[in-house]
Amino acid sequence: MLEVRNIYKTYENKPLLNNISFTAGVGETICLLGASGSGKSTLLRIIAGLEPAESGLILFNGHDLTSTLPHLRDFGLVFQDYALFPHLNVNENVAFGLKMRRVSQVEIFRRVAETLELVSLSRFGDRKVTDLSGGEQQRVALARALAIRPRLLMFDEPLGALDRTLREDLLKELRAILHQTEVPAIYVTHDQEEAFAIADRILILHRGEIIREGSPTDVWATPQSAYVAEFLGLGNIIDGEVIAKSEFRTEYGNFTVKCPHKHANGEKVKLLARPLVVAGDVNTISGVVTNAIFQQDRFKVTFDNGLYVYLNEAPRIGSQLVVPIKIECLT
Amino acid sequence: MISHGDAENTEILNKNLRDSVSLWRERILLWFLPLAFLAIAFFFPLSKILFLTFSTEAFTTENFQIINSALHITFFQAILSTLLTLALGLPSAILFSRYNFRGKSFLRALTAVPFMLPTVVVAAGFSALLGPRGLIHSLHPLSSFVFLGTLPAILVAHVFYNTTIIIRIVGAALSSLDPKLEHAARSLGADSSRVWRNITLPLLSPAILASSLLVFLFDFTSFGVILLLGGSRFATLEVEIYAQATRFLNLPLAALLSVIQLICTLIFAILYTRLSSRLTTQLAPRSSQSNLRRPRTIRERIFVTTLILFLTSFFLLPLSSLPLRSLFRLEADRAQRGEIQYGFTTDYYAELFVNRRGSVFYVPPIQATVNSLAYASATVILSILLGFPAAIALARRTRLEKILDPLIMLPLGSSAVMLGLGFIITFGSWLTSPLLVPFAHTLIAFPFVVRTLQPAIASIPERLRLAASSLGASPFEVWKAIDFPILRRATLAAATFAFTISLGEFGATLLIARPEYPTIPIAIERFLLQPGGLNYGQAMAMATILMTLTLVSILLIEKFRLPNAGEF
Repeated sequence: MLEVRNIYKTYENKPLLNNISFTAGVGETICLLGASGSGKSTLLRIIAGLEPAESGLILFNGHDLTSTLPHLRDFGLVFQDYALFPHLNVNENVAFGLKMRRVSQVEIFRRVAETLELVSLSRFGDRKVTDLSGGEQQRVALARALAIRPRLLMFDEPLGALDRTLREDLLKELRAILHQTEVPAIYVTHDQEEAFAIADRILILHRGEIIREGSPTDVWATPQSAYVAEFLGLGNIIDGEVIAKSEFRTEYGNFTVKCPHKHANGEKVKLLARPLVVAGDVNTISGVVTNAIFQQDRFKVTFDNGLYVYLNEAPRIGSQLVVPIKIECLT
Repeated sequence: MISHGDAENTEILNKNLRDSVSLWRERILLWFLPLAFLAIAFFFPLSKILFLTFSTEAFTTENFQIINSALHITFFQAILSTLLTLALGLPSAILFSRYNFRGKSFLRALTAVPFMLPTVVVAAGFSALLGPRGLIHSLHPLSSFVFLGTLPAILVAHVFYNTTIIIRIVGAALSSLDPKLEHAARSLGADSSRVWRNITLPLLSPAILASSLLVFLFDFTSFGVILLLGGSRFATLEVEIYAQATRFLNLPLAALLSVIQLICTLIFAILYTRLSSRLTTQLAPRSSQSNLRRPRTIRERIFVTTLILFLTSFFLLPLSSLPLRSLFRLEADRAQRGEIQYGFTTDYYAELFVNRRGSVFYVPPIQATVNSLAYASATVILSILLGFPAAIALARRTRLEKILDPLIMLPLGSSAVMLGLGFIITFGSWLTSPLLVPFAHTLIAFPFVVRTLQPAIASIPERLRLAASSLGASPFEVWKAIDFPILRRATLAAATFAFTISLGEFGATLLIARPEYPTIPIAIERFLLQPGGLNYGQAMAMATILMTLTLVSILLIEKFRLPNAGEF
């Protein structure tokens, strides 16, 4: 089990990572989700030992690895641009880590074949890595990291350079492989769809801190902050003021929301209006339709006040519309 | 309809014909002067040299012994020099492309300076530092170590000259290497020495090979350094050509030696071109992440500090002892008696304007400076006049230009001594004329001038000219408004290049300059070899002047040159 304890790191005298702590258990895939510049790749490099933290500990099964050199950690690493060795072929790339461990030739041969089989690249062993497609290169990179049978796998935006359909296919395969091998994994990405598809647990990084941690369904259902709701694109974020118990005044009208937190009258709160029509809800939003964009099976309809909802049919531009909608309390 | 179409077709055909006729007329106009010059000043002498080698006089047993020994010495010193240059260049390349430290850009510029310096200046610099009349010797007069006239002197000077090549080529490859490759290797279980052996070194090997080959090429054709620091004891091909042509007057042997030299040079040049074309494809894509950082571990700090100290003293000491030595009297002048004022003096500079009876010249030494400046100015005018049409023609890459391009660059591959020899053989009866020198210098400067002008001319998009002429500008106005402002800087850079090359040229000038019209480098060489403190001091003073002029020129070229206009 990996344990990251109170990692602190500055960049240009500003804190980049501020007291980061989390754990990753057997077979668990942790996803570090954050905008670019949130420090997630740096955190990964610190765990890998490629960069020192200013304070904090990295432990594995209770052993302190903080000052262990990266080549002695047994952590596999997969990069966004693959970082395959251009002067070696596919077999040699996959065998590299085993050679460094002075594994016997016979065993290397067996394990390389086995690993290439796992990533469905059995017949690619003699190819030059520079001749492979992006998706194939990423599989080789994965095989190279898997071949050493690491105790932890780390992915730094591994699918960022690939196109959408290929990404979805690889994601599915990756998830299957991770479950099959039961290696704990840390997956860094800025893409929330990827994160929700692969993670057992999601950690959202913002300004050097983990601001939300939980299972994908949990995080989706209760973002708990305006930033998370906005970052995940959950819907309209609305500023409100408490006027009575469960009564909120906003620039879009007054709403009645059952809030899990206690609020005093006059307190400012953030509300979330998911863009889905909930028939019969007490709360409604209204406005003049300014735009309706077709999105596969629905229309994204935007009002003149900036709010948006998804509707099954496109309303006439310029028409006045009233839509029942569920409002949630974020803070 | 049909006849109309035919008429249209004929018209298009006629127009194409007219276009290609005017294109050819333009081409002939552009190429005439440069090609005529090359034919007279390079290919004709070259053919004379070739012709001489076919005489029976050239192929004697005695000659073969000389050739054999010259080849032996040349390869021996060149290989040794290259290995030593690599030994200093590789760590330096790592230093510059991996670490950030204070004074980095200064140190980088410092290591690049020697490459542009005339050989006499470098020789005078090492003499001023380590020679029998140099600074170190005068501080420890009893020390018995000998530097000048030894193999180490040649090797050290070659390392001094060429380390910058390794730093530039290997350093560029190293900093474009994706740091993630090394990170990946480390995470796969390779310690830092195995990362270096299994990943970094194999990926750098084309760059290391290419740069070594280039260094080897420069060491192979080295002349001034070997003659001035090693002495004629080290009879390399170049030195032997010079000796055979001027001292033993055995022109057939000199010719044969230069042909062998030319063939070797061409083989190495072709190998280098092949290797360097592989450089770009071998490397991983450039990453946005910077490789540069401050040294962290104790080992890194020791490496960085030691290397910075070594590089600074290695490059700064010879360069700074030269002006220092030119301002201090450390030994008695020739025939000087009585009270001698040792210490600070400006005499050596003042004496440059005086014609002493003891002087080997019948002109004051300052006359050499005047000659040099006159030759350099003539070289600038000639090489710009010839370089411009060639560069304009080369800026359009058609088949003809692709064939002519290497032809233009050929003088670059042949040694200066060989060019001088060619002039002696071909224009022997005109050797009394001082006019020959600027022509020889132009031949050497011409490829540089073309290479500086060509990218600037090619960088002007045709659209700009079309836009200007569509707005009603005449061809001359177009040239004035579009071409001239863009080309002005490149022309200044090219002119400065030609000026600097002419100013410092040693090999060819040594063979063809008349004794009564010496240039600065020739005068320095003569003064260096003369006994007496005054002569030596004057050599130092003149070398300091030449160094200053060259440094100013380097600064000007850097200022004028287009960014990323290519190196070497």
